[in-house]
Amino acid sequence: MATITHEEAHVHAHGPELQHQFETPEQQKEAATLGMWAFLVTEIMLFGGIFMAYIVYRWAFPEAWEESAALLNTPLATVNTVVLLVSSLTVALAVNAAEEGNKRRLLTMLALTMLLGLTFLVIKGYEYSEKFAHCAGAKDPISWITGSDLHESHECLVPGRGFLFPEEHGATGGSHGAAHTASMQSGHQLFFLLYFCATGLHAIHMIIGLGVMSAITIMALRDRFSPTYFTPVEIGGLYWHLIDIIWVFLFPLFYLV
Amino acid sequence: MRDFPLFPEQASTFANQVDQLYFFLVALSLIFAGVLPFVILYLIVRYHRSQKVDRSNPVDSNLKLELTWTLIPLALVMLVFFWGAFLYVQMRTPPARTLDVYVIGKQWMWHVQHPNGKRENNELHVPIGQPVKLIMTSQDVIHSFYIPAFRIKQDVLPGRYTIMWFEATKPGEYHLFCAEYCGTEHSLMIGRVVALPLADYERWLATPGPVVLPDGTIDTGQAIVAPSIGDPMAAAGARLFTNLGCLGCHAMAGGGVGPSLQGLYGATEKLADGSTVVADENYLRESILNPNAKIVAGYAAVMPSYQGQISEDQLNQLIAYIKSLADTGN
Amino acid sequence: MSTISLPQSSYIRDNSRTFIDWLKSWLLTVDHKRIAILYLLSINFFFLLGGLAATLVRVELITPQGDLMSSDVYNRAFTLHGVIMVFFFLIPSIPAVLGNFLVPLMIGARDLAFPRLNLLSWYLYMIGGIFALIAAVFGGVDTGWTFYTPFTSTYSNSNVVMSITGVFIMGFSSILTGLNFIATIHKMRAPGLTWFRLPLFIWANYATSIIQILATPVLGIALLLVIVERVWGVGIYDPALGGDPLLFQHLFWFYSHPAVYIMILPAMGVISELISTFSRKRIFGYEFIAFSSIAIAILGFLVWGHHMFVSSQSVYAGLIFSFITMLVAIPSAIKVFNWTATLYKGSISYRTPMLYALGFIGLFVIGGLTGIFLGVTAVDLHVTDTYFVVAHFHYVMVGGTIMAYLGGIHFWWPKMTGRMYNEIWGSIAALIIFVGFNMTFFPQFILGYLGMPRRYHVYPPEFQILHVMSTAGASILAIGFIVPLIYLAISLRKGAIAGDNPWGATGLEWKTSSPPPTFNFDKTPIVTEEAYAYPPEAAERDAASWRPGSPL
Repeated sequence: MATITHEEAHVHAHGPELQHQFETPEQQKEAATLGMWAFLVTEIMLFGGIFMAYIVYRWAFPEAWEESAALLNTPLATVNTVVLLVSSLTVALAVNAAEEGNKRRLLTMLALTMLLGLTFLVIKGYEYSEKFAHCAGAKDPISWITGSDLHESHECLVPGRGFLFPEEHGATGGSHGAAHTASMQSGHQLFFLLYFCATGLHAIHMIIGLGVMSAITIMALRDRFSPTYFTPVEIGGLYWHLIDIIWVFLFPLFYLV
Repeated sequence: MRDFPLFPEQASTFANQVDQLYFFLVALSLIFAGVLPFVILYLIVRYHRSQKVDRSNPVDSNLKLELTWTLIPLALVMLVFFWGAFLYVQMRTPPARTLDVYVIGKQWMWHVQHPNGKRENNELHVPIGQPVKLIMTSQDVIHSFYIPAFRIKQDVLPGRYTIMWFEATKPGEYHLFCAEYCGTEHSLMIGRVVALPLADYERWLATPGPVVLPDGTIDTGQAIVAPSIGDPMAAAGARLFTNLGCLGCHAMAGGGVGPSLQGLYGATEKLADGSTVVADENYLRESILNPNAKIVAGYAAVMPSYQGQISEDQLNQLIAYIKSLADTGN
Repeated sequence: MSTISLPQSSYIRDNSRTFIDWLKSWLLTVDHKRIAILYLLSINFFFLLGGLAATLVRVELITPQGDLMSSDVYNRAFTLHGVIMVFFFLIPSIPAVLGNFLVPLMIGARDLAFPRLNLLSWYLYMIGGIFALIAAVFGGVDTGWTFYTPFTSTYSNSNVVMSITGVFIMGFSSILTGLNFIATIHKMRAPGLTWFRLPLFIWANYATSIIQILATPVLGIALLLVIVERVWGVGIYDPALGGDPLLFQHLFWFYSHPAVYIMILPAMGVISELISTFSRKRIFGYEFIAFSSIAIAILGFLVWGHHMFVSSQSVYAGLIFSFITMLVAIPSAIKVFNWTATLYKGSISYRTPMLYALGFIGLFVIGGLTGIFLGVTAVDLHVTDTYFVVAHFHYVMVGGTIMAYLGGIHFWWPKMTGRMYNEIWGSIAALIIFVGFNMTFFPQFILGYLGMPRRYHVYPPEFQILHVMSTAGASILAIGFIVPLIYLAISLRKGAIAGDNPWGATGLEWKTSSPPPTFNFDKTPIVTEEAYAYPPEAAERDAASWRPGSPL
């Protein structure tokens, strides 16, 4: 049985970035990429559970779904979709820059990506706080803080004890008011619950994504990357694309039903 | 042997059929689990390292052998699958004419109401030689209605009806268990099934007796009407139907805001979205509690929900009433 | 090869001078072997805890009345037993202990692909475990390990959120292990080690890892929704609030049925190694065993509905799930036949690991066959949710997974510690476990067919004799589990020095010293032959060298 000695394999191509368990940088890179892909599959299954619940209840409460979707802030979400799609582009450019060893462009693109990610979170946060403000009886988050400008119709779209779906949006409406809220409450509430769960889970991923991007930026600042070694940028980029793709599914399912 | 049974009693038409399949499976298992260990025992003794035997030309693969022990078990499991499948379909499909008994499960008791309005707790009286259909629902968590001597079990879910049917063959008292874990007193959610000859069953039906209702109030059990006069459960449903104002929209002659319910039960309804649905108990239940889920073609979605307005018990009565309308329609 | 003393440097030894340094060197290690030892200790701790809960349950069931404890305590005891044994013992047992130790060794790698992730997975496991323990200490949880809704989401008054959080966190540990194995097995095999030269243990762990990364997240989201429903009071699963109680069962079993294969597939991998080694023969039908693992992994995703034949799912769904369940029985049967055929013309020795392997086959056959009873819809209507099911899955999980786990621990003990345990005590313990196990669980098949429902605190008196038999068996079984703890602990100091390859086995893990050095191999091995490459005359030569007095 022939053998390669440890020293032979290690000493030659032993950059600082090659970890002890790997033979070659290529092997390290391939393992990291494969690991990331496997992780992405896991993530898709994670959201798969929510999509499953979505399908079941959309089938059970078709009208509630339609009426509820109308109350989401579609213009803001559309802006958010564009923001995320652009960030996907900047991430791809960042990976490209790392491949070419262009540190300056890499840093610019990473910064842009993080800025876009942050924008997404701010807009999302506004969307959420709008819902919470309505629960508190205010018209929008700003008047909620200042305590002025009450909301004209009472509604509360945050699932929980205070949940109240506004009258005028219900298809049945009219004289059977009390019965109406009792029957449709559950369907509407489920919609908003799944909305908060899905987008909240997505937002958590986005926050983690921002953390990953900051780590990569710090590594780039410290000159850790070279055209032969930029695996973290690549797998970080993969993760970012995953966040985008999940949003691309969430957006039509919740806002455009 | 009375206190140490090794095999359950057979007291329904299913019991013997299920047992036959079971014994067939046991026999098959004995061929594998009984013979294979002896083959292994033989091999490990004969080829133990201390034995001087012929070990030349060991083989480590043989396609024919692999196919043999893939295909023979495959054929056998397919046989038991189809046997089991036919029996299963039969066990899950109630015949057209059955005695309908309503069952409500709650933590931790069973409440039963017979078609003439007679109620009982943690007991189920049934006639022998007569197919009985249980229409079951739960007030809280998932329970499971299990009669070992009948070889039948069905989960009882909140928010919908589940159906189970059987035909008892032997008079006697049998165990009734809750088989789905339902909380603290799960193991006390038991009772007995009393199978009686038809005449005794009818006599029992007419005997008044106080009983605790699912909401905790006590029913004196006085208002029992002989089964021939009418169906008090449906009659109670009819009173509810009037009191709740259902008649205002569901005019019996048709032409109301809502569809007529005459002859509805068991019929196929055409819905607004073009699909069709068979009007069974679960459809009726859904249409009362969540009317907008399925809209009959030609009508508007204007019916309010009765979720939280009526109890499971009242719902059973309403459905018994609507079912009685189908009978007069014929 | 020196058999007088342990090697000078190994993964166990380090140069830390103070206790704190030594502790750090273990708790912050990224060495897969040390992490395996950490897992070994913590998993066995949870096993003893789960066993304690089982003892309470069995003692209570001696009498038909509920006289030892209240029904609330009883419900908490069996829930603790289930949650601990399933999520904190069986699922991580073989992959996290034996897999962690052996996967890199068997494929000739210096470590797993992501050593730090590996350490993280142990910490997640421990955090999850601590959550479960806290839940148990502060009042326990009474939902059963299946967490069925709406009981769990609305009605239970116990530490549901705490327990579920524990299981949720443990799930991520399981995902990380799976992820690590997949990347490692794909990318870190030694030169020349092609897929069809891999030991079957690696194939089994690969199939397991696929299940872990695909199924575990679904459990995660199902449990997360239970927490949301409990905390927010919004109906997802409770029909009183507009939810669907069956959705939980679908999501739960979509994970938990494949999870059964997470538990049994690695066990099958261990058995393949043991049978081949102690028969001195290449395993019979290598490709069929390898592919049957993959087939089980794939089909295992399509049979979850067979847990729900009486749950009011439609008749058609029941028939389809039953049909696929019949198919999934076949790959398991193929494995059993191939193991048996391996014995033919071998040179068989009755060492302790081999006794466990033979015990495994016997018990697994019974467990598998009774699985067919349960898969046949008409019979399932009668026996589901009874002691028949309890007996069935204990035959598969205890008779299968634990027998293989113990067999594997004994087989690789010399590799892990460098020392041999007492062979005589080993054989005695294996026999005690086999006998005790059958005495415990065989009566439960009869109980189940009689109609005794599971999770019953009090029961009709005619079932008592069978319950007493079962409890008697359980006490023998408990002794069988304690004996190995003692002689294995003694062997750490007193055991004979094992040497690199005490069993004369093939496989890369036996080519390095025992215990192995930190980076496993001084020189990266190059593989030129298939797994279990015993020469054709190996069995003959082994038998010829046998003299009265050599080990049986």
